[in-house]
Amino acid sequence: MVQPLDIHEETPSQTAGPYVHIGLMPSFAGIPDVYENQLGESPIADGAKGEVIEIVGSIYDGTGWAMRDALFESWQADASGKFAGQDGADPNVSGYCRFAADGETGEYTLKTVKPGSIAGRGGQVHAPHISLWIVARGINIGLQTRIYFEDEDNSNDPLLSRIEQRQRVDTLIAKKTAYGKYRFDVRLQGEGETVFLDI
Amino acid sequence: MADLGPLIPRNRDIHPVPYDPGYKTSVARSPSQPLLSMESGASEETGPTFGHGTFGALDNNLIMNFSKGTAPAIGERILMHGKVLDERGRGVPNTLVEIWQANAGGRYRHKKDGYLAPLDPNFGGCGRTLTDDEGNYQFLTIRPGAYPWPNRGNDWRPMHIHISVFGHSFGQRLITQMYFQGDPLIDLCPIAATIKNRSQLDRLVAPLDMSNSRPLDFLAYKFDIVLRGRRQTMFENKLEGM
Ligand SMILES: [Fe+3]
Repeated sequence: MVQPLDIHEETPSQTAGPYVHIGLMPSFAGIPDVYENQLGESPIADGAKGEVIEIVGSIYDGTGWAMRDALFESWQADASGKFAGQDGADPNVSGYCRFAADGETGEYTLKTVKPGSIAGRGGQVHAPHISLWIVARGINIGLQTRIYFEDEDNSNDPLLSRIEQRQRVDTLIAKKTAYGKYRFDVRLQGEGETVFLDI
Repeated sequence: MADLGPLIPRNRDIHPVPYDPGYKTSVARSPSQPLLSMESGASEETGPTFGHGTFGALDNNLIMNFSKGTAPAIGERILMHGKVLDERGRGVPNTLVEIWQANAGGRYRHKKDGYLAPLDPNFGGCGRTLTDDEGNYQFLTIRPGAYPWPNRGNDWRPMHIHISVFGHSFGQRLITQMYFQGDPLIDLCPIAATIKNRSQLDRLVAPLDMSNSRPLDFLAYKFDIVLRGRRQTMFENKLEGM
């Protein structure tokens, strides 16, 4: 026998199920009054510095169906690359948002400011990106991915550089559709499958 | 800010398998390509904070919060309580815990739930709280009913409460479910069975806790939650040279 490691294992995940909105976005589920406020309604407040952008997209299952029940959370830095709570961070950027696929169309919309590039350990610089976490019925453990932008320099990003199949890099890059507007679709499985992260 | 170190990589073996034909919806909703593994950075190690001022006095009382304190929900009164820890065994203070559940008859207050059990006019089914300085949390609620769901011919969900926990880092984000000690439906449930290691599934089964049950009022169930921890960084410089 050896000494035991003093480590507790993470609690196993379970699917968020079809009614996740009741818990995380009760007003979306038709329960508007139970709390005085809903968490994560917007990642920005009036006066947030930087370019205000709108990202629209859908999440498709392996059959190509735009899922109507997915729930997303996003987390990002402000326009200068600082996260809320870090020294010098923009007080009008919480950086955090909860949003859902529309029950009729399956489309989501995220209105935010474009984040700046982020300093990593060892002098690495991450290209501007928004972290995205996705849960839904049938997803047994929440999926993590990132939204990068096609009009930014992504050439030296340490995460994108690690993707061996270079054509898959494209699945993490939001496409500019108009001034301040981007499209970012997520494909859960099969052709054009989004790169999901274990990070 | 001090570098608390990267997040400990997730041990995917303890988690449910993403693709499980027994849970039919997972078949088209599971990635077929491997995940891209990488050491965490600021995007995963930071996260939002939620102030105590945001929370109302009844937010963690599902018996009373839907009726704004005017009438109690129907059902067996229970206290759900426990501690949020990290993998180092340290309590995680001031972290957001949210729950949602069916009512005592097994029906959710949701437009997509058409189960024939009735809605309870005094039950919404959601609660939220922040852990205290030691990582402890509690909810007063009613025991949810089991309910049938369209999967195989006759599948029923065991009694369960859905739980979302934040931690302090976006990479700690976790959603799970709490089951109840002694429920025979746990062994028959295809969603519980997405966790292939039985001892890991057992970690989601809350024991009856008579020590925290209140006479003539409620039974208690204990449910601790472990979030990802951080690796220590004292030899970080040497790694950079590689
Ligand atoms: Fe459920």
